Amino acid sequence: MTAITRDEVAHLARLSRLALGEDELDHLAAQLDQIISAVARVQEVAAQDIPPTSHALPLSNVYRADEVRPSLPPEQALGGAPAAEEQRFRVPRILGEEA
Amino acid sequence: MSTLALMDYDEAVSRYEPVLGVETHIELGTASKMFCGCATTFGAPPNTQVCPVCLGLPGALPVANRAAIEGIIKIGLALNCEIAEWCRFARKNYFYPDMPKNYQISQYDEPLCVDGHLDVEVDGETYRIGIERVHMEEDTGKSMHVGGATGRIQGADHSLVDYNRAGIPLVEIVTKPITGTGDKAPLVARAYATELRELVRALGVSDVRMEQGSMRCDVNVSLMPRGSSQWGTRTETKNVNSLRSVERAVRHEIERQAAVLASGGAVVQETRHFHEDSGTTTAGRSKEEAQDYRYFPEPDLVPMAPSREWVEELRASLPELPAARRRRVQREWNLSDLELRDVVNAGALDLIESTVKAGASPAAARKWWMNELSRRATEQGVELADLPVTPEQVARVQEMVDAGELNDKLARQVFEGVLAGEGDPDQVVAARGLKIVSDDGELAAIVDQAIADNPDVADKVRGGKVAAAGALVGAVMRATGGKADAARARQLILEKLGAS
Repeated sequence: MTAITRDEVAHLARLSRLALGEDELDHLAAQLDQIISAVARVQEVAAQDIPPTSHALPLSNVYRADEVRPSLPPEQALGGAPAAEEQRFRVPRILGEEA
Repeated sequence: MSTLALMDYDEAVSRYEPVLGVETHIELGTASKMFCGCATTFGAPPNTQVCPVCLGLPGALPVANRAAIEGIIKIGLALNCEIAEWCRFARKNYFYPDMPKNYQISQYDEPLCVDGHLDVEVDGETYRIGIERVHMEEDTGKSMHVGGATGRIQGADHSLVDYNRAGIPLVEIVTKPITGTGDKAPLVARAYATELRELVRALGVSDVRMEQGSMRCDVNVSLMPRGSSQWGTRTETKNVNSLRSVERAVRHEIERQAAVLASGGAVVQETRHFHEDSGTTTAGRSKEEAQDYRYFPEPDLVPMAPSREWVEELRASLPELPAARRRRVQREWNLSDLELRDVVNAGALDLIESTVKAGASPAAARKWWMNELSRRATEQGVELADLPVTPEQVARVQEMVDAGELNDKLARQVFEGVLAGEGDPDQVVAARGLKIVSDDGELAAIVDQAIADNPDVADKVRGGKVAAAGALVGAVMRATGGKADAARARQLILEKLGAS
């Protein structure tokens, strides 16, 4: 039984805005299947007494005080943008949902 | 916009039972953003409150704002929620340029606050609104659509984005399904939004200004045929940005969905957009193409585990909440349920309380705000609180009435002057010469004149018909332009005519 189907890979590609061709889907589906199967082996050693974790550090409750720090000057903030207009980031027209 | 088939509201609610849900987003009023130190000032020039963290630049790392976490826990506690002992942030992944990171930091299956309730009242009946969850997230940037006819996204050529708002702490409050409201559904939805706004305002964690977007509601509505227990397909109406619109949006969706169902059609599960101008909704994104946000625990932030000591400390710090406050003033001011409701609905509670603090009696304070000043606010089409008169000024006018320096008629003229920007009450009194005439010498001359002008009436009074004296008091009031002390004038008239 495969860990991930070709359809699922196509769905993920669409969600990630990756334009994958048919060949690439075949190729990646097989590869991803192998990768997931390999990672799944972790479950063989992860017994009940080992909680799933999302973070490498044994820390919680790290907060900062509510203090204002300097922001970037707008020209610097916009400096790396492909396009800017009226001190705003200019982006291609947005299709679909109304903001 | 296509023409919408609607069913008459009364018929709709007689045939179908609405089920509601409300999702509310509230921006917290912290000085800095949720995960970075950028300022949160409303209306700042575009992209002047941005930094590597909120722009999602490589290598930047977020750190949660402690004041925001305190704010959401206070909201959770005030809504009678359980506060999670341990929970995490999650990444909500999507491609839309309102977030420069391509994801929004939010919470998914581990919200900070769960399972609360808020009681709201409509027409004397209490509805307990269940709270499903309250979670912490960050606000998005603001887009301006350029090239379209109306600044709307349709037909736009390109969009311009300002990220000042991106990263401002945002609390999302989600109700459980609200059932059993029947024809009151739109009012219950509005009452809930109103009560929630009052509650958050009392907590002092947000300015909750719907017109500025610091509180925004999405309303879910579905209908089921009366007698059925099978819920219908729901729609989610976004962009509902005033209390009145919450009511109108629910009402409109009930009328629209009822028409669809009655004609044998099916309600489409979709996002709809509310239009303030027409009070209608139009279809947006269909849930069939619902986004898969690929949520996963946020690796850049560590879990939150609010200690029980901290939570109890925050609970102890909660101010008097609106419901308790209303019960207190009702008792202190000796109001009936109906009188209290009128005061609350008029937005006069704060004003009356401040006026009482400034020295007026509750009855007098309520009289001025609920009658004369409410009338003038209505005339001018503004909220009571936005009238250019302060509680201290109202208290001062009442002080002059209590001292016998003004009667009600003159007091109304003083308010007219204050509202017209002629200064504070004492200045208006002086400038307009509004002091009451109670000086006996001056008043006696006017009384003599009134008696001389009305010999028939005077004779009747002399003959024992004391009630007839009213006509003479009226003459005195006319002669003084309403400035006479009516009680003193009456006394003088009766003395002079030997009828006292």
